[in-house]
Amino acid sequence: MFTILGIPSQALFGQLLLGLINGSFYALLSLGLAIIFGLLNVINFAHGAQYMMGAFLTWMLLSYFGIGYWWALLLVPILVGIFGLLLERLLISRLHHLDHLYGLLLTFGLALIIQGAFRIQYGVSGLPYGIPVTLAGGQNLGFMFLPNYRLWVILLSLSVCLATWLLIEKTKLGAYLRAATENPTLVQAFGINVPRLITLTYGGGVALAALAGVMAAPIYSVNPNMGADMIITVFAVVVIGGMGSIAGSIVTGFALGLIEGLTKLLYPEASSTVIFIIMAIVLLLKPAGLFGRRV
Amino acid sequence: MKGYTRTFVILALLLAIGPYILYPIFLMKVLCFALFACAFNLLLGYGGLLSFGHAAYFGMASYVCAHAAKIWGWPPELCLLLGTSAAGLLGLVFGALAIRRQGIYFAMITLALAQMIYFFALQATFTGGEDGIQSVPRGNLFGVINLASDLTLYYVVAAIFLAGFLAIFRMIHSPFGQVLKAIRDNEPRMVSLGYRTSQYKLLVFVLSAVLAGLAGATKVVVFQLASLTDVHWMMSGEVILIVLVGGMGTILGPVVGAFIIVAMENYLAPLGAWVTVIQGLVFVVCVMLFRQGIVGLFERSLARLKKSPR
Repeated sequence: MFTILGIPSQALFGQLLLGLINGSFYALLSLGLAIIFGLLNVINFAHGAQYMMGAFLTWMLLSYFGIGYWWALLLVPILVGIFGLLLERLLISRLHHLDHLYGLLLTFGLALIIQGAFRIQYGVSGLPYGIPVTLAGGQNLGFMFLPNYRLWVILLSLSVCLATWLLIEKTKLGAYLRAATENPTLVQAFGINVPRLITLTYGGGVALAALAGVMAAPIYSVNPNMGADMIITVFAVVVIGGMGSIAGSIVTGFALGLIEGLTKLLYPEASSTVIFIIMAIVLLLKPAGLFGRRV
Repeated sequence: MKGYTRTFVILALLLAIGPYILYPIFLMKVLCFALFACAFNLLLGYGGLLSFGHAAYFGMASYVCAHAAKIWGWPPELCLLLGTSAAGLLGLVFGALAIRRQGIYFAMITLALAQMIYFFALQATFTGGEDGIQSVPRGNLFGVINLASDLTLYYVVAAIFLAGFLAIFRMIHSPFGQVLKAIRDNEPRMVSLGYRTSQYKLLVFVLSAVLAGLAGATKVVVFQLASLTDVHWMMSGEVILIVLVGGMGTILGPVVGAFIIVAMENYLAPLGAWVTVIQGLVFVVCVMLFRQGIVGLFERSLARLKKSPR
């Protein structure tokens, strides 16, 4: 035990860890938002609701079917991803030719429906979900106690972010995706099925949100409002980072999580607003966002 | 212009006889939300700016108004004025930030800033946190008109609404309003014509915040309550829904929308969480099928009737 700037190391590193955890979720969610926005030009307001669905589905798989965390990690993103594919096919794709704001309003309505439906079924008090046995316990690092599950969340989130970045920047599919973001008409003319690419992208973004939900289930209590509060913060993260770059949204997500954790320690009253204040400052100094291109 | 005079006379008559047909409290709620929606419509329908955080101005005005009335014991007219000015000031700061980005970013920024106000209201002491500010006295307007009677208060609220409504109508049909519509339709062209578009956008943002604040402050005088509901993002969503249902960019759309949505909520209140689901469904149906809203649809079919020679 030692102290830094008068703060006990346990508390300091504990908050930083919590910040990194929040940052993992910010990064995953803003990554999904950025990918969807890049191709569809739609801000997916239902992203928070889909994250919440991920957490609930994880809980439901265990409670109703006895399917545990590891299978949920695989199954839930697929199931919620398919739900996303259907939404895109049936509703969102019909608004492509219209002003972007209709996409925002549509997904806002969808978020209300999803959240309301879960609230009717499960109420607003959270449901508990245990940490998987293999990841129970933790490491004593001397200066702090590191629960295994938290370490796992950070590592998994980092690797998923990295994998997504590689997929988009280094593969053929990613190249199509980037090309279609720049100029869909031309890519279509080259014989690539852009509408299908768009649908798959939306499904992929939604699957990322659901994956974040699975990871969140053992940490936060599973409740219908968990996504709504999260998504607004993630919007601020997206504004700060700018949606121009995939790597940018990952870095911004983690960094803001850390800053939020530090604020909780130094000036707890501001911890829920600090991200919004940073957003205001960034808007004043660099309106396009830290990594964004001027639109 | 002549057609509009007729509309106003009919509207004023409806407002005058309203409380003898429907509950005054219900009507006052409709009028507060109608004014709120008109203010929002000024920004979205005529300025083309989608703010997802209008609850901030509505809620901030209601907190300030409630605080002035209950703690400081100010008369209602000053409370309304103070609440409205607070909303205008907030609109000036937030508007100056938000207009630095366009389109979808604008919506996200306004939403995030409003969320900041929500957290502020949750933590600050003057807002009463989770309890809000309850049993705010209605007081005597100008020291003479006792607002304790619902019917008296109704006519005061109706007068406030009508004043706000006429003010918005004046703005839309002024040269300022014309420039605004032109910016909405083609901003680069207006910039090249030499207009400082960001000044126009900021002005309409502040005006919209002021009127939303007036609605929020009036709501406090009616319901004697300022709470976290007023600043929550659901409130921002609700005003969008009202304008969407009534018809964006139409004069009467927000009024019709407010009547429908408030009535719907009143009837569905016992259903609890279903209200959210139904609101979401209305959103989806409106966006997919009725993008011009009820009044927009009505105006369009009216125009078609006039055109067809028969």
